[in-house]
Amino acid sequence: MMQIIAFYLFATILIASGALTILARNPVHSVLWLILAFFNAAGLMLLLGAEFIAMLLVIVYVGAVAVLFLFVVMMLDIDFAALRSGFVRYLPFGALLAVVLAAEMLFALGSWRAGGVQLAGRIAPVHSASSNIQQVGELLYSRYIFLFEAAGIILLVAMIGAIVLTNRPRGGVRRQNVAAQNARRPKDAVRLVNQPIGQGVEL
Amino acid sequence: MIGLAHYLTVSTILFVLGVLGIFINRKNIIIILMAVELILLAVNINLVAFSAFLGDLAGQVFAMFVLTVAAGEAAIGLAILVIYFRGRGTIAVDDANQMKG
Repeated sequence: MMQIIAFYLFATILIASGALTILARNPVHSVLWLILAFFNAAGLMLLLGAEFIAMLLVIVYVGAVAVLFLFVVMMLDIDFAALRSGFVRYLPFGALLAVVLAAEMLFALGSWRAGGVQLAGRIAPVHSASSNIQQVGELLYSRYIFLFEAAGIILLVAMIGAIVLTNRPRGGVRRQNVAAQNARRPKDAVRLVNQPIGQGVEL
Repeated sequence: MIGLAHYLTVSTILFVLGVLGIFINRKNIIIILMAVELILLAVNINLVAFSAFLGDLAGQVFAMFVLTVAAGEAAIGLAILVIYFRGRGTIAVDDANQMKG
């Protein structure tokens, strides 16, 4: 009973916040609704017993992706009112298309019956001897090790790409010149003078 | 009892919301990127639901790779958005035709 209540709670808030993400006037509100949607999706995945993916969702999506969106929305000075000008014009067509798509997918889902599912043919059967995160870890570091490393390379390429794209030489910045600083000797910089009394300093 | 179909329905609705978001916010690329994230989230819910109900962990591992690609896509997309904004002073993408051959 508790599980059913939790499912409907998470599912309702997930769909509502997903709808508000695309409908909100202010993009900052959009990002905040998106964060709520991610949290509720993580809740759904907890209900399914996929604790590792649920926590990963909170860490990666909420902690990194959503905050990145928030950064960009706040950093760029954008006139968001002008960007919404076509909203009402596209809404009827978009809503029609969405309704058709949803109806088709739900119709397909309703008429779909799983054929003979061969449980012996599973790639990585769940066993109850260890926890979810332990089983996922064993799988990731043995059978899917190359895919795991490929995922790491994708992230590395994305990181370098983002840096290369956004990096630009700025004019008017005085950088520290370490070589010039190290090459400087006391005799270039300091002059010792035995100053006679009553005369001005010769500069 | 909550079955597989319930989760698939939720993910279907979320997917359609993402598609609708791309349609109705055609000018605002930030919302479009967020809608793409919603679509990927729907796909992840699908993968994890099948993984849980079939008792096969491969779906969860695959969901993790989808998550990786989503993170990389968001980073690159927002970087492109930032340089586009620097060059044009706006992010209205419906007149982004400078690269037209």
